[in-house]
Amino acid sequence: MSESLLLEVNHLSVGLHTEAGYKKAIKDISFRINSGETLVLLGESGSGKTMTALAINQLLPAVAGYSSQSQVNFKHEDLLSLSEVQMRKYRGNKIGMIFQEPMSSLNPVFTIGQQIGESYKKHTQLTSKAIKAKVLSLLDAVGIPAAKKRMNDYPHQLSGGMKQRVMIAMALAQDPQLLIADEATTALDVTTQYQVLQLLKTLQKNSNMSMLFITHDLGVAAEIAHRVAVMYNGHIIENSNKENFFNKPLHPYSQRLFDVLPDIDKRDRLLKAIPGTVPPITDTLVGCPFANRCDQAWEICHKIFPKLTKVNEHKVACHLYTTDHVPTSIQHDKQTVLKKNKSSGTILSIENVKIFYPIRSGILQRKVGEVKAVDDVSFILKKSQTLALVGESGCGKSTLGKSLLQLVDSTAGCVNYQGRNILQGKNSIQLRRDIQMIFQDPYASLDPKKTIFQSISEGMKIHGLSNKQTLLSEVDRLLDSVGILKDYKYRYPHEFSGGQRQRICIARALAVKPKIIICDEPTSGLDVSIQAQILNLLKNLQSTYELSFLFITHDISVVSYLADEVAVMYLGKIVEQGSVYQLLEDPKHPYTKILLSAVLRAKKEQKTPAKLTGEQPSPIEPPTGCYFHPRCPKAMAQCKKEYPKKAQFGENHWAACHLY
Amino acid sequence: MLGYILRRLLYAMPVLIGVNLITFLLFFSVNTPDDMARSQLGAKYVTQNAIEHWKQQHGYDKPLFFNQESVGTGKITETLFYTKSVSMFAFHFGRSDGGRNIGHDIVQRMWPSLALAAPVLLLGLLTNIILAIVIVFFRGSYLETGGLILCIILMSISSLFYIIFGQYFIGRVMQLTPISGFSGGWHGIKFLILPVVIGVIGGIGTGIRWYRTLFLEEINKDYVRTARAKGLSQMRVLFVHVLKNAMIPILTGVVVIIPSLFLGSLIMESFFGIPGLGSYTIDAIRTQDFAIVRSMVFLGAVLYIAGLILTDISYTFVDPRVRLK
Repeated sequence: MSESLLLEVNHLSVGLHTEAGYKKAIKDISFRINSGETLVLLGESGSGKTMTALAINQLLPAVAGYSSQSQVNFKHEDLLSLSEVQMRKYRGNKIGMIFQEPMSSLNPVFTIGQQIGESYKKHTQLTSKAIKAKVLSLLDAVGIPAAKKRMNDYPHQLSGGMKQRVMIAMALAQDPQLLIADEATTALDVTTQYQVLQLLKTLQKNSNMSMLFITHDLGVAAEIAHRVAVMYNGHIIENSNKENFFNKPLHPYSQRLFDVLPDIDKRDRLLKAIPGTVPPITDTLVGCPFANRCDQAWEICHKIFPKLTKVNEHKVACHLYTTDHVPTSIQHDKQTVLKKNKSSGTILSIENVKIFYPIRSGILQRKVGEVKAVDDVSFILKKSQTLALVGESGCGKSTLGKSLLQLVDSTAGCVNYQGRNILQGKNSIQLRRDIQMIFQDPYASLDPKKTIFQSISEGMKIHGLSNKQTLLSEVDRLLDSVGILKDYKYRYPHEFSGGQRQRICIARALAVKPKIIICDEPTSGLDVSIQAQILNLLKNLQSTYELSFLFITHDISVVSYLADEVAVMYLGKIVEQGSVYQLLEDPKHPYTKILLSAVLRAKKEQKTPAKLTGEQPSPIEPPTGCYFHPRCPKAMAQCKKEYPKKAQFGENHWAACHLY
Repeated sequence: MLGYILRRLLYAMPVLIGVNLITFLLFFSVNTPDDMARSQLGAKYVTQNAIEHWKQQHGYDKPLFFNQESVGTGKITETLFYTKSVSMFAFHFGRSDGGRNIGHDIVQRMWPSLALAAPVLLLGLLTNIILAIVIVFFRGSYLETGGLILCIILMSISSLFYIIFGQYFIGRVMQLTPISGFSGGWHGIKFLILPVVIGVIGGIGTGIRWYRTLFLEEINKDYVRTARAKGLSQMRVLFVHVLKNAMIPILTGVVVIIPSLFLGSLIMESFFGIPGLGSYTIDAIRTQDFAIVRSMVFLGAVLYIAGLILTDISYTFVDPRVRLK
């Protein structure tokens, strides 16, 4: 790896012309990237990471403007002094870019071959035949099988992971010296994410390319970074090499980013959540931008902005390291140890539930096939415990959750609750009260035309839980229990942040005093610091109200913190189930093993996962025998023939695999 | 695809039957054959005999839905509903109350209608798309503001103004084109220039504003950023990436009205003396010739349904994500 300087960003400031006037967003940031090096820009949403990336490439929207001191030197040439036409010679040629959403970042009406080829048309004089050959070899290089056939596919015909590979191919077409990847793996499943990261690392090694990798995920950063720069409110507050950063982060915010990560070791206590929310990027705060959320802040932090200063090998912007007189009275809040509810028996038992969607065709719309979204699933939810249903997108976990409330019709099976099958017949109003649901997207799951008071009290009115006098005080109490000021109750959902909305959704679910709450990915749309707040809240509420949670998620770290039992789903079937310790520490099913090893950990030694090949098959025609066999590294002849029976390991732990 | 089209045609049948039945009921309950005869005969002292004679002559002397006096299938077929309404399914429109062969008239008159409506649609589409994209290209400048204000002014003026102003100023004062009239063949072009231009101008305001919205919606999508990150020029991004996506709603919005072009425009045709189906309908309303009006209502419904089916089919050509099953 040669250590020559490739990109040097000096005093970059970007402002936005808003209706309230010119607002500074990116505030005087500087960093350097050597060739062959990966700098990870780490931060939560609204910290200015994407804006920084777009600023380098001058792709900012028209409302943005640079300050006069800003410099972006690419091989000692200041990009900001170039004209738009000159800049186009850099974009896609010397600087490649990958975006977060592979679903929407490709043009839906052009084939992927056309879209990749466009880059060659722009930057080279190649003939269309030569371009075709180039595109083919690129698609091969990024690991797209049957590239010749795939070239003529439209983006919608590819899976998310494949689309991201196409994006990478497009960005790499001209062998750029710098690749900017903006949350390039965030929208992907863990196993796909792992594959894509490995691909980027290999490509980097082969061409000595530099990367500016933007992410909010410490695990991803640990996997790919050489250096890490932490952004907050448009400032870079820490910049260090990877080893120092992960061994000993200096800035209190960076430290807290590690603290808020849910983990199996933190199960018995609440996470050290950061209070409050990330300030809007257009706010310029006096003093340190993190001061009002920092538990180590004192007077000076609120008055003077700490400059980025060198501390050993680190660069950090914090008064703790520059002032000699750090007050010793700084309080470190104690960790609340949670009491664990003892479980007493079954509350919900799910038996052989099947949910098939018919596929119709022809003039008379006859049924020609079925999508087996949920295929013969059974498990038991214990009272005041959390069962996590884990799986990648499209495995049927959300469908199953919705079917319990008859939000989706089930094809067969039964779910016993208090001695009756709740999948059949009309659900009584009492049942609707006892089982509540929290959805993934807090932005879409609150009625925008209703005040939160109306949303929360609606259920109470329907179930006759409250009269006019007590309604107000009851809503106040609920808002208080989820940490929302009761004065806000007449506000509308759009006035709240994502985390606050999820709290309101939780308050709404709690309003009818349910016994079971189905949580469908309630934290996956939230930043890690907000996720910690919500997980703490859920944990507290569970021990206070003795709630049972069916927690649907793809996030293993959340599972390890919150769940008592785990069921792993693949293609509509549960392949392994057990207690959280059994399953996470001694997984049996090959799929579980791969899934767990693909999870990127911030602090732990990364195991090299067995390579998961291929794509998740379609649930219309699942493979014969064991559904996982075409992708399983340990598949045997028997696996192709019959679906494996359950193999028991201990009292509650089983896996459906022929190996055992 | 073929199966899809067949299924859609099958679904269209109940709609057409409904349209047929409802128009029949409306026309014959509001305006009984006796009323028709009276208004057609027009004289002050109409005798009951004269009315009966008129009804017999024009085939209105039968019961509405069921003929007691007839035998066999005649009980159904020798009724007003069967002869006047159901027959339209076979495009047998019969004779108008004034005695003309409606089917023959329609075939004669749809070509002049098309000669006016088709150029208006095509030229209008082309101008609107180009001007909208120019306005989008110069977004954020005074050109955009000025263009939009002009669009609103053009929208706010009644189309009658354009017609009368055009006829007076261009036709009479400047004598560049004939004021009105029509002739077949290539000589007819000179009569068409003025109405076509006026038709295009009349639609420019709404058209540009609508297409501009579509372009702006596309321009903020992620794939545009990807295209720019590839180093493509603004022109290529707009005219290749954005245009092809925005053409999906534009084209499908146009396809739905293509069959209805045959029906022509009521106002333009009567002002410019073009013997198309638009002026035919207006004349029929004026002379209370309900046989013609009913025929035109039914024809309009058929053509609109055809337009909707064509729209769905056209999606498969412009949008690779849509495949009909």
